[in-house]
Amino acid sequence: MSLSRDDVAKVATLARLALSEDELAQMTRELSKIVGFVSLLEELDTSSVEPLAHPLGTTNVFREDEPAPSLPVELAIATAPKQDGECFLVPAVLGD
Amino acid sequence: MPEPTDNAAPYTTVIGLEVHVQLLTKTKLFCSCENRFGAPPNTLTCPVCLGLPGSLPVMNREAFRLAVRAATALDCTIAEFTKWDRKNYFYPDLPKGYQISQFDLPFSEHGQLEAVDPKGAFEPRMVRILRVHLEEDAGKSMHDESAGTADSRIDLNRTGTPLLEIVSQPDLRSPAEARCWLGELRLLLVYLGVSDCNMQEGSLRVDANVNLHIPKADGSLAKTPIVEIKNMNSFRSVERALTYEAARQYEEWQATGKELGSAPKQTRGWDDAAGITRGQRHKEESSDYRYFPEPDLVPVTLTADEIAAIREGMSESPRALRKRLEETWKISAYDADVLVGQGRALVEYFETLARLVDDGKVASNWMQQDVLRTLNEQGITIDAFPVAAAGLADVIGRVKQGDFDTSRGREIFAEMIASGRSAEEVVAAMGIAAVGEDELLTLCRELVAANPKIVADVQSGKQQAAGGLIGQAKKKNPNVNPGQVRALCLKIISELPAS
Repeated sequence: MSLSRDDVAKVATLARLALSEDELAQMTRELSKIVGFVSLLEELDTSSVEPLAHPLGTTNVFREDEPAPSLPVELAIATAPKQDGECFLVPAVLGD
Repeated sequence: MPEPTDNAAPYTTVIGLEVHVQLLTKTKLFCSCENRFGAPPNTLTCPVCLGLPGSLPVMNREAFRLAVRAATALDCTIAEFTKWDRKNYFYPDLPKGYQISQFDLPFSEHGQLEAVDPKGAFEPRMVRILRVHLEEDAGKSMHDESAGTADSRIDLNRTGTPLLEIVSQPDLRSPAEARCWLGELRLLLVYLGVSDCNMQEGSLRVDANVNLHIPKADGSLAKTPIVEIKNMNSFRSVERALTYEAARQYEEWQATGKELGSAPKQTRGWDDAAGITRGQRHKEESSDYRYFPEPDLVPVTLTADEIAAIREGMSESPRALRKRLEETWKISAYDADVLVGQGRALVEYFETLARLVDDGKVASNWMQQDVLRTLNEQGITIDAFPVAAAGLADVIGRVKQGDFDTSRGREIFAEMIASGRSAEEVVAAMGIAAVGEDELLTLCRELVAANPKIVADVQSGKQQAAGGLIGQAKKKNPNVNPGQVRALCLKIISELPAS
């Protein structure tokens, strides 16, 4: 299976990656190789194999519903590129 | 087959709802930060809900328990194996860059909930539920429009709040049905203690999918493109938005003839002030979210026995409760709906009262008139109501045995509410004493003697003229029972020699 340039461009957009035409071409080649490698698995008959939801065999790991202190607001927002002492600041989000 | 929405409309409105409710846990879904509305921004966060590298989510046992209770009450099949998935998208209120949600193996599917209008405005509508799954909420972004192009502010207190997503099949056929169904869903979840379902605080949020089925002249059916409506902040706005959108789609169909499949699914936002829906950004396709199994959480399993035990332990649903009240206390479907709609604690008060006075109808009348009015006026719930059911039963009992009439009883009850005193104390303080038979007879004889005109009217067949005597009797002694005065006066008049 090989990917098209447009497939890669779409994935790049979804991942918010700005790729040049050269990079798109390179990624198309490289990603196709990876997908091709994985598609080797298609040669196997997996009809009797249950899908694996998680590599660990464990299930049902819970914690109790008991509150613990949260971070102080100064610390929570300390590493934000932009903040106003209370909130994270980001370029205007309009609509929706 | 399509069914008529209403006789006037040349189309059937087809509606499916997607409801998100926040669960009433103490802490968030994957971390121990408090799950609480209204705290100052960014004071309820930690490395997990901030999405900081190296942090790991751990599932809240109570959140999963509440989720399973809700799905069980919605008649869903509970999965014996369920897992979580990452839904990837970028938005400033989603710090991890993905939401932990459920994709192909939700913990429950295939439920149902009926919408019944207590006044019978439409036929009861059974609505199938496609799935219920458990996911985390996102944070909140705030933008001050008046500040022009200034930055948006992000508050991550809500991030990671446990959220139940309930998706219905497109089984609703009118905006009124949709509103009614949402009311039943909210009541059920509140009864279960799963969520407080407060739309103002965002603990219940509704999106609606709507399109029209329009019978064409050639006998075939035109289906308009599906529109998802967002930003509806009350059940009333859901009804209004759906009504507007149905009319808008019909007009658009008449103008363009566009049908399902010829246009992509559109998202429109409801503008409550303007009373219209407006087009919004193109919605990403499911595959654009690049779902994959969440590696940081292990799956959850339940045995068939555990699922059966949960089902056994369920409390009475509002629907079952209404039915029981109707049957046990012989009250109307409408009365049962009003009482049940007020919550379980009020129903318990009613049932205690009904047992004490041994009369469901009378108890229901007093609940709906005097008790509910007081609760509304004072803005309190039944837990804070100053008079216990036994106190009200005492008043009703005294009315029944003829100590005083209903309107006097209501005055006494009002005084009990105001002063917190017992019926006995209020009766004594107000100087209300049961009027003795002799006293009453004397009073009525005096009245009959003093009112020859009324007597003559009654004798000529105008029984209602006796009403004048009751008014005078009340003036002379406010404690008299009007019914007794009336009966006694009529009796005295009937025994007078004909004039």
